Amino acid sequence: MSLKTLEKISTEDPLNDVEQRVIIDQILDENKDIPGATMVVLNRLQEAIGFISPAMQVYVANQLGEPVSRVHGVVSFYSFFTTIPRGKHTIKFCVGTACYVSGVDQIIEKAKQILEIEPGETTEDGLITLELCRCVGVCSQAPVIVVDEEVQGRVKPNRFPKTVQDLKSKEA
Amino acid sequence: MAYFRSHVLVSIDPICIDKGAYELIDALHDELVKQGLIDEVQVLETSRIGDPESEGPDLMVYPEGVHYTNLSLEDVPFLVEEHFLKGRIAAQYTREAKEIADKELSAPQAKEMRIVLKNVGEIDPLNIEEYIARDGYMALGKVLTEMTPEETIQEVLESGLRGRGGAGFPTGLKWRFIRDAEGDQKYMICNADEGDPGAFANRSVQEGDPHSVVEGMIIAAYAAGASQGYIYVRAEYPIAVRTMRIAIDQARSFGLLGDNILGSDFSFDLDVRMGAGAFVCGEETALMASIEGKRGEPRPRPPFPAQKGLWHNPSNINNVETFAIVPQIILNGAMWFANIGHEKSTGTKTFSMAGDVKNTGLIEVPFGITLREIIYDVGGGIKEDKKFKAVQTGGPMGGCLPEEFLHLPMDYEALEQAGSILGSGGLVVMDEDTCMVDIARFFMEFTQEESCGKCTPCRIGTRRILEILTRICEGKGKPEDIVTLRLLCEQINENSLCGLGKGAPNPVKSTLDHFLDEYEVHILEKRCPAKICKPLIRFEIIDGPCTGCTLCARNCPVDAIFGERRQTHVIDPDICIKCGICEQICPYDAIEIK
Ligand SMILES: Cc1cc2nc3c(=O)[nH]c(=O)nc-3n(C[C@H](O)[C@H](O)[C@H](O)COP(=O)(O)O)c2cc1C
Ligand code: FES
Repeated sequence: MSLKTLEKISTEDPLNDVEQRVIIDQILDENKDIPGATMVVLNRLQEAIGFISPAMQVYVANQLGEPVSRVHGVVSFYSFFTTIPRGKHTIKFCVGTACYVSGVDQIIEKAKQILEIEPGETTEDGLITLELCRCVGVCSQAPVIVVDEEVQGRVKPNRFPKTVQDLKSKEA
Repeated sequence: MAYFRSHVLVSIDPICIDKGAYELIDALHDELVKQGLIDEVQVLETSRIGDPESEGPDLMVYPEGVHYTNLSLEDVPFLVEEHFLKGRIAAQYTREAKEIADKELSAPQAKEMRIVLKNVGEIDPLNIEEYIARDGYMALGKVLTEMTPEETIQEVLESGLRGRGGAGFPTGLKWRFIRDAEGDQKYMICNADEGDPGAFANRSVQEGDPHSVVEGMIIAAYAAGASQGYIYVRAEYPIAVRTMRIAIDQARSFGLLGDNILGSDFSFDLDVRMGAGAFVCGEETALMASIEGKRGEPRPRPPFPAQKGLWHNPSNINNVETFAIVPQIILNGAMWFANIGHEKSTGTKTFSMAGDVKNTGLIEVPFGITLREIIYDVGGGIKEDKKFKAVQTGGPMGGCLPEEFLHLPMDYEALEQAGSILGSGGLVVMDEDTCMVDIARFFMEFTQEESCGKCTPCRIGTRRILEILTRICEGKGKPEDIVTLRLLCEQINENSLCGLGKGAPNPVKSTLDHFLDEYEVHILEKRCPAKICKPLIRFEIIDGPCTGCTLCARNCPVDAIFGERRQTHVIDPDICIKCGICEQICPYDAIEIK
């Protein structure tokens, strides 16, 4: 990508952040020559940066020698790839069959009440993002939520406020 | 290998780590050194053994199989002294037997038989030597030194092994197709996408016994003449991804992967690729597109992957469980395996039990066992001794079976005849409080969201069905809806491009077949008998039992409950979102659903 295009993109973009730029370049460097690189690179970027901005998609496409439309098509196809930043922490609610049957709905309602956001949204202070997700494969513990990387099973609605409290006190 | 008389397996799933699993490992190690036992007792890490709700990290001691839980660092000196020095079980820290239901994998129940799960929970998955100590990689050695690829294929064919990922195609036959296909570069692919909500056996095997999958894949590659392999793991399984990567690195350093495996002239290598949250990528042609770095859209077959697969080269895809069984067949012989099971379904199958059954978790049983035996004998029956209503098998493309089908022997054919499928072995048990129309709607929502949109019947058809089902659940159904639903089911099934669309109508069709009366009550009487469909129910507080304790009011997410302390409360129906939290927490059963 030429410097000129880079100037046009938002100063907030990870490409304009010195540290994140190093990470992005490193991921591209390490993986660009392996077969099927697009998926591998996007997965690594999503994990390391937390999202894949439109500018990053253009950058990846150029580096991999792919049309931008193809990279964009891949990003939009898979639900794991997000194009806007998430909050510092994410709470995911499993909406798989076992969790649905075990009443994950009630926990979602409780979360909406406490945080005053809908699934898919982030709290105003940028601390917590709520998301729905597919079966995480611990159905015997249903209903299941995933707080950042941590799987919590047999969650009860009235214990959920503590989960949020724990995240907040981690920050304080 | 040093000889240890005891092995301590400490669970290092994220929850246990959070609760100090690593500190516990350090403390155990220090204490064992202090008490002079470090050469006799080995401390290992293992994936999840406990239940996240317990208050401390979990550990298991083998060979005794004792499960300790709620351990704090102060308990360690006493525990080490009691258990390892004096040889007495420290009963105050053991997990009580009644909590068996909380474990993902418990000791085998009667009627169980473990082939795939043989090592899961028993060995350290991150240590290849433990796998080798249990005859691991012996099958590979046997194949490479004593058997030709053709003989290997013949052995698997004679065992009757069929794919565990859904369709149940004979594995040996698939291997023969790819072996016979022309091409210099052939690929062996492991399908670890396990997208069926309700199924988790593939995750358990990858996290608990990764080398069985690696070994199975190498044997398959040898038989097929493949030189490169990929394991495609769904992004929801980060621990499985990590465990598989470690296993592959270890196998490579032992000369079991790479060039000239075990000194033979056969070379093969493996790589892990991650999905990114698309259910359709479990379908084999979509999965290959995803590995190629593209959108995971399926394509019509033929050409089959065996002719034109990954990067247009001959490829073969099998499920995790299929691969994990292969070394056992080679070691014990085709006849041993063929004698287990039932008719055309040989061997064992894992089932992931979830829902309203007492013992949820993973089981492995021989084919031919009945659904009733699985749910009542192995699963312990229905929670709170409620009435059984249905069991959902095969995930979003499977069906819901009522009581009359509980005598069915579990095998590929019997389930298909009953209007469901075996799929990847998910079993979600539903009790009398489940609304079958709502369940059909739930699955349709799933398939509608996961439809890749490439073919019209699946994209538009599932949306039409979802609209009708939603309407019925809202009490706005029309009598003619049932005929329309049946017609749509038939058309989507016949005209869709891939298995997703072909199977999508199954949950609707099976509930229409077996629970038609529930549809009729919703449509004609505008009532939900199970009291689940929100627009058709309302919550009320009964005067007598309510003590005015305010618990419900404090927990209501929308502040719809009003009342003074010590006085009967009321729910404002205009604000109430019918989430059911009040009913669940009321200690006096004062909330009624009407
Ligand atoms: C929509 C869809 C999803 C599928 N998901 C999976 C899956 O998660 N795991 C799997 O092994 N097979 C899945 N399959 C079946 C695969 O296409 C393929 O048949 C299987 O991986 C072959 O392996 P096997 O012969 O060992 O069963 C799916 C099929 C369809 C149509
Ligand atoms: S359905 Fe929630 S973990 Fe499987």
